[in-house]
Amino acid sequence: MAERTAPRTLGTGPGRALIAVYGIFALSATARAAVQIGSKFTEAPLAYLLSAFAAVVYIIATVALAKGGETWRRVALVSCSIELAGVVAVGLLTIFDATAFPDDTVWTDFGRGYGYVPLVLPVIGLLWLRYAGRNRAAA
Amino acid sequence: MIALSLLVGAWALVEALRDRAPGRGHLIGLGVVEVALVVLLVAAAFAAAGGDRPASGVTFLGYVVTIICLPPLGAVLARLEPTRWGSVIILVVCLTIPVLVLRLHQTWQVVTSG
Repeated sequence: MAERTAPRTLGTGPGRALIAVYGIFALSATARAAVQIGSKFTEAPLAYLLSAFAAVVYIIATVALAKGGETWRRVALVSCSIELAGVVAVGLLTIFDATAFPDDTVWTDFGRGYGYVPLVLPVIGLLWLRYAGRNRAAA
Repeated sequence: MIALSLLVGAWALVEALRDRAPGRGHLIGLGVVEVALVVLLVAAAFAAAGGDRPASGVTFLGYVVTIICLPPLGAVLARLEPTRWGSVIILVVCLTIPVLVLRLHQTWQVVTSG
């Protein structure tokens, strides 16, 4: 078992599946932000800028996970942390102060519109980064 | 369309549980899903040309771009990862497509009802 897991780096094995999920989110968040900003930006600028921000973070996370290496691992760590903070902060805000965000973003209500995946994804990402980092240290 | 995608997804799940990499069949499955998606969207384009338009054309287009990219993305990643996780990737993609097709459908329905 040790031989099988040791050569694994950030972007292979389960990591590659993680990249796929992040890729899908990067894609759909970007599309959503583009549509919102392109068609009705004045309606809720804050919410749409947040959408764009979330999209950028997902793209960075996807690239960082795919690239691997120590620097990119740190980048992935930071972007996953931002996602977790973002989804929790926006989730709380949308529940306690619904008027702050008149239109939905990826992170609204803890990502309910996306099956709560935005809430779970950064946690899995952080766990995987930890696990992969430990493997590197051992190898 | 939804059933087709779920079928390929279920097959990928079985392979993942058996600790097997996705085979040529899965890639063909993804190809079939992609072709079906294109057919669906061409049909939608014809309907739109006939005056039956979705409420928000931009939103519809956004979903179209996303959904069309998914099967090729899944296929490329799955080929890069010739382990059980490659099968998991196909599973994830095949679970995402039905959700997007449903959303796509919703953008259309707003019109007919309003």
